[in-house]
Amino acid sequence: MPENLSALDLVLTGDPALFAIVRLALVVSLSAVLLAALIGVPLGAAIALSSFRGRDAAIVFLNAMMGLPPVVIGLIVYLALSRSGPLGEWGLLFTPQAMVIAQTILVTPIIAALARQTIEDLWLEYRDELTAMDVRPLRRITTLVWDARFSLITALLAGFGRAAAEVGAVIIVGGNIDGFTRTMTTAIALETSKGNLPLAIGLGLVLIAIVLAVNGLAWALRRAAERLAG
Amino acid sequence: MIRRLLLAVALAFAVPALAQDNSIVVASTTSTQDSGLFGDILPLFKRSTGIDVKVVALGTGQALDVGRRGDADVVFVHARSEEEKFVAEGFGVKRHPVMYNDFIVVGPRSDPAGVGKARDVVEALHIIRDKGLPFISRGDRSGTHVAELKLWKEAGIDLERDKGLWYKSIGQGMGAALNTASAADAYVLTDRGTWLSFKNKGGLAILVQGDKRLFNQYGVMLVNPAKHPHVKKAKGQQFIDWLIAREGQDAVANYKINGEQLFFPNAGDPNA
Amino acid sequence: MIRFDEVTIAAGAVTLLDRLSLTLAAGAPTVLIGPNGAGKSTVLRAAMGLLPPTSGRILREGEPRRAIVFQRPTMLRRTAEANVRYAMADADRTAELLALVGLEHAATRPARRLSGGEQQRLALARALARDPTILFLDEPTASLDPASTKAMEDVIRAVGRQGIKVVMSTHDLGEARRLAGEVVLLHRGRVVEAAAAPRFFDAPATEEARKFIAGELLV
Repeated sequence: MPENLSALDLVLTGDPALFAIVRLALVVSLSAVLLAALIGVPLGAAIALSSFRGRDAAIVFLNAMMGLPPVVIGLIVYLALSRSGPLGEWGLLFTPQAMVIAQTILVTPIIAALARQTIEDLWLEYRDELTAMDVRPLRRITTLVWDARFSLITALLAGFGRAAAEVGAVIIVGGNIDGFTRTMTTAIALETSKGNLPLAIGLGLVLIAIVLAVNGLAWALRRAAERLAG
Repeated sequence: MIRRLLLAVALAFAVPALAQDNSIVVASTTSTQDSGLFGDILPLFKRSTGIDVKVVALGTGQALDVGRRGDADVVFVHARSEEEKFVAEGFGVKRHPVMYNDFIVVGPRSDPAGVGKARDVVEALHIIRDKGLPFISRGDRSGTHVAELKLWKEAGIDLERDKGLWYKSIGQGMGAALNTASAADAYVLTDRGTWLSFKNKGGLAILVQGDKRLFNQYGVMLVNPAKHPHVKKAKGQQFIDWLIAREGQDAVANYKINGEQLFFPNAGDPNA
Repeated sequence: MIRFDEVTIAAGAVTLLDRLSLTLAAGAPTVLIGPNGAGKSTVLRAAMGLLPPTSGRILREGEPRRAIVFQRPTMLRRTAEANVRYAMADADRTAELLALVGLEHAATRPARRLSGGEQQRLALARALARDPTILFLDEPTASLDPASTKAMEDVIRAVGRQGIKVVMSTHDLGEARRLAGEVVLLHRGRVVEAAAAPRFFDAPATEEARKFIAGELLV
């Protein structure tokens, strides 16, 4: 990134390096949230509707996983993807894909835990009706997920917030490579280490603006869709 | 909508794999990146060879570990003893000296304890230890940390015995160490390159320099393809050859901040 | 046909049904009456298969297809027509059923935005979508204004005319007189008296039934 420039200059001049960083940050975090949703929502729904031995333990475990430090996940994924690790053949270390994998692992417990709570609440409301209608277990899950879709957006946003804000996992598995795996948060960490605090703060503000914009967009979508579907 | 998102994710994964991969991964140190050297010379290398160099900047110890695990093609660091060990263990093919700069001790400009008046770095460290002046250590097995530990030893100071609250090991990079020192009016050993490009100097100033014990040599090594067959041997060697030949050496010499040269090429020096 | 044979249902220390025997056979509507807590809702839920007996048996003969409208039905977070279609067993009769309950104008509105009376009628349409042979209605008019009550009772009569057995609870004796073919008076989880409607109202056999019809409290 050019020296002696403020973040505002970078935004106003449409600095290509800044936009590449923003784009990568969004692609990585949104991909991770999407993959985590595909895993976490059905998982949360399945736990919400099932009763098995150790269910309480599973819920506690899931909730605890929400607080897992990103750096620990980064380290585990690093060791797995390293050429000397079990998945070294894939050659994914220090690539955006590795960052997506790490963030997916980071975000899945959040989405699963919040989805479990949301769907369990809705299940209490729906249980009698769906049982009376003799609805099969798989259809129960799809019904609850569909009908809870607006509330589940909040779970996805929580996941996105965590993914967009974290630096510990992506910097380890991505390597903060200029123009390749550098995202908003790793760029902020780098500028801080260069003592360029104003630029670091400026990038932080840009990040906040992006997260705000994504949340605003999701909120507007939710309101519009709710008005249509009740 | 979900299908379109899935497609986007699939593409994000597939595109880098499909793209003609003309790049190498270099594990290097924070000093070469934070000082801006790579940002200056890598575009020149790319222009002459078309090869992208992806730099992962870590402490020297971590960078060597990345090489050991086979996660980089080239390692470019500054701790000669560690580098020679790396080659001796068979992880690196051959060590090539590239350039040097020097370490300096920086501390509060007012310097009430008179560290800056010391004859050499050994005396300066004695003053810091004797008066219990706040000292920030990288504590991260980086080249600078290795050099710092060597200096304490040369000063005859047993850190294990003498270190107290005045000695703060932060386990972070050079920039973080400088930020900490700047905030706490503490003393810290740094490489000159990072110092010159550092923007948050605050009340810090250079207090000790010019001692030959503060010499800081950089070396580069190809990760051994015999240990890690996927290493991009040809392209990695191309980078090393460029770096130690005329073109790369000139590029290093020409990198300046405010007219001041940060690194001094010495690939031709057999003792470096 | 559904038959309760000495059915007891207990929830913890509370006995909801106490060795209750009852036969729900095809024909005119059966109306369950009785004071609050007599066990009306429990009988309907148990007959629906939602509450297993603690002891005794609930026998089904001739594979009845069952459907229920709860006292406070839960609408799916979808449009009115989507709620009906969701429950549909075979051919799509959504439009026909919405017309039957007088909600054709509200087909595309979110079900949860409908009024209480409309939701009650929508729940009835949804239950009918299951193509039941026996239909349980738990206090179907309890929360409705007189006009909605009239509309609901008309629909219930129309349903009965289609050959669907209706079993409903109510605390409105007038409604029981208007709709019932057979009346079952419940008290403390037991059947006090079960009889054809005219006989029940004109010549009750038990003291409790006489008191209940007269509007006195049963203790």
